[in-house]
Amino acid sequence: MSQWSAAPAPFARRLLTVLGIDELGVYRVLRVADVETPEPRPGQFAMLATAERWGGGEDERPYLPRAFSIARRRIGESHFLLEDVGPGTRRLCELREGDGLWALGPLGRGFQPPRPRHRAILVGGGVGIAPLAILQDALEAEAATDVTVLLGFRDGARAQGAALLHGARVATDDGSVGHHGLLTELLSQELYRDSRAEVYACGPAPMLEAVRAMCATRDVPAQLALEAGMACGFGACYGCAVPKRGGGYLRVCVDGPVIDARELDCVSEHAGAPS
Amino acid sequence: MSHGVEFCGLSLAHPVINGSGTFDAIAARRAFGPALERDFPFAAYVSKTITLAARAGNPAPRLWEAPGGLINSIGLPNNGLDGYIAEDLAQLAELPVPLITNVMGSTAEEFSALVGACDQRPEIAAIELNVSCPNVKTGLDIGADPQQLAQVVGACRASTRKPLIVKLTPNAANVPACAAAAQDGGADAVSLINTLRAMALSPQEGGERRPWLGGGTGGLSGPAIRAVALAQVAAVAARVSIPVVGMGGVQRSSHARDLIDAGATLVAVGTETFRDPATGARVAAGLRALRRTGEGFPTA
Ligand SMILES: Cc1cc2nc3c(=O)[nH]c(=O)nc-3n(C[C@H](O)[C@H](O)[C@H](O)COP(=O)(O)OP(=O)(O)OC[C@H]3O[C@@H](n4cnc5c(N)ncnc54)[C@H](O)[C@@H]3O)c2cc1C
Ligand SMILES: Cc1cc2nc3c(=O)[nH]c(=O)nc-3n(C[C@H](O)[C@H](O)[C@H](O)COP(=O)(O)O)c2cc1C
Ligand code: FES
Repeated sequence: MSQWSAAPAPFARRLLTVLGIDELGVYRVLRVADVETPEPRPGQFAMLATAERWGGGEDERPYLPRAFSIARRRIGESHFLLEDVGPGTRRLCELREGDGLWALGPLGRGFQPPRPRHRAILVGGGVGIAPLAILQDALEAEAATDVTVLLGFRDGARAQGAALLHGARVATDDGSVGHHGLLTELLSQELYRDSRAEVYACGPAPMLEAVRAMCATRDVPAQLALEAGMACGFGACYGCAVPKRGGGYLRVCVDGPVIDARELDCVSEHAGAPS
Repeated sequence: MSHGVEFCGLSLAHPVINGSGTFDAIAARRAFGPALERDFPFAAYVSKTITLAARAGNPAPRLWEAPGGLINSIGLPNNGLDGYIAEDLAQLAELPVPLITNVMGSTAEEFSALVGACDQRPEIAAIELNVSCPNVKTGLDIGADPQQLAQVVGACRASTRKPLIVKLTPNAANVPACAAAAQDGGADAVSLINTLRAMALSPQEGGERRPWLGGGTGGLSGPAIRAVALAQVAAVAARVSIPVVGMGGVQRSSHARDLIDAGATLVAVGTETFRDPATGARVAAGLRALRRTGEGFPTA
């Protein structure tokens, strides 16, 4: 099966074993043994929870599993990029080799391949760079597409995350690494240079909205990987709603997380990655 | 001994079903493919609440994680009765188990119109009434007022011969009295508990504190409500003679067994399905094992 088509997820959460956890600036890369999982499509995610001590943190949380992009596949392994922003991510960051991890997935609709003769511009902000790593792997495996990577971070410690992808141009809010300023300034330069491109973006909501607006003005197709608070990840709870163009809501977990930017009037404040 | 259960004339393979609004079989087929039908976890499938007119649901955020539970303000999004019949029914009819359609109106007339439409559909095996809804004229929750409830159930009873289950609200002064009113109105069964009214304030420090949930308040579910559910199920089962569907915080077969021992005929799993979609099957298998070990509990 091609890397752009997804097989259904197993119909139960599975207990996986942690192989290790690596530091990447303020981020952690969690590596788990995962032999049986169907090959994910770039942009798909999994719902994760630790096998032990999931609960009993601050305010007795976490209780529900948490959504994470599948950042990379290696033979028999899945990798996740984590940022500690609360009790769930903190507990996952504490995992050690040999620990158990509950995983449900791969879930959701992933990225679509670029149109013929369009280059791919990958635009990632903060921990939102995760799904772009597996996307870069997939695009480069096909070798037919020219890939440009633009990554933005708040500060130097976060900018170390850029090492998850290769060949990235980096922007930081504080100017400590790369371009001092907004990621969308880099995107604007790229589109000015050559606008026959397909943009793939994941990151905080204000960044996604700026990317959406810029691509809409210049008539450039954009695929946005959205986020939302999720209880289930498979369409059961209707908790992950974001407003869609023309009224009503999309469920990020089953209609996304990757959404064609034209399906949105704007990216709502709750639909982005932690910033 | 067989694991099967007779419930309102339906022969079910085991006593575990889903709570309305906690499992979307159509979306699950997209996520899990043919395994959904092969390993279908529930002995009957309860639809989410259907209303006469389509509803988009509440603005985000819709979820708040509470200690051992979840507060939701989803707002009953659905395609409306016509959309349900035209788009969803054929797909739900393919499931390997009987279909229970859950409906909600804001007046007795709306309820009986919904029930009458379901009565015409052979795909629908039974109808559940979600009465956790304010009466538009009086502002009172229909299900919290025994008199109103008996009237609504009576109107629905006149519109169908299919089994009628009344899903009681736990946010009432006297839940057993409401259950008795549902029975008097002609219900074939009652189900409980629905979510408990709850609220969370936005976490940001300083400034004006606003409710976190887009809908203002929401409903609490999950392990946090299990003990409340057990008490209400026991009190209702002691009061009525019709079967009771017990739910609230079931995570394991031992929790389901508690509800059955308290008088429930069937048990529904809700929030725990979000953590593992196979929970229903696991709970049913656990109940089967309990029966085999001879720790017999009352059969229906
Ligand atoms: C499809 C998808 C892919 C994702 N991929 C990644 C990834 O690759 N890497 C990564 O690090 N993250 C990723 N995320 C984000 C990740 O799921 C969240 O950061 C995580 O769920 C946070 O959980 P927590 O317990 O650590 O923090 P929380 O305490 O849940 O805090 C996170 C935010 O939730 C809100 N919040 C606070 N308290 C509560 C509460 N009690 N109930 C509900 N909301 C509350 C606040 O807005 C807070 O800022 C992804 C999310 C989605 C939907
Ligand atoms: C996200 C969510 C949506 C729900 N939607 C409905 C609904 O549409 N109709 C209804 O009657 N009950 C609804 N419920 C209530 C459940 O069916 C059940 O009564 C309640 O959650 C208690 O069970 P639990 O603790 O196992 O979740 C919903 C519950 C949740 C958590
Ligand atoms: S997370 Fe439950 S429906 Fe999307």
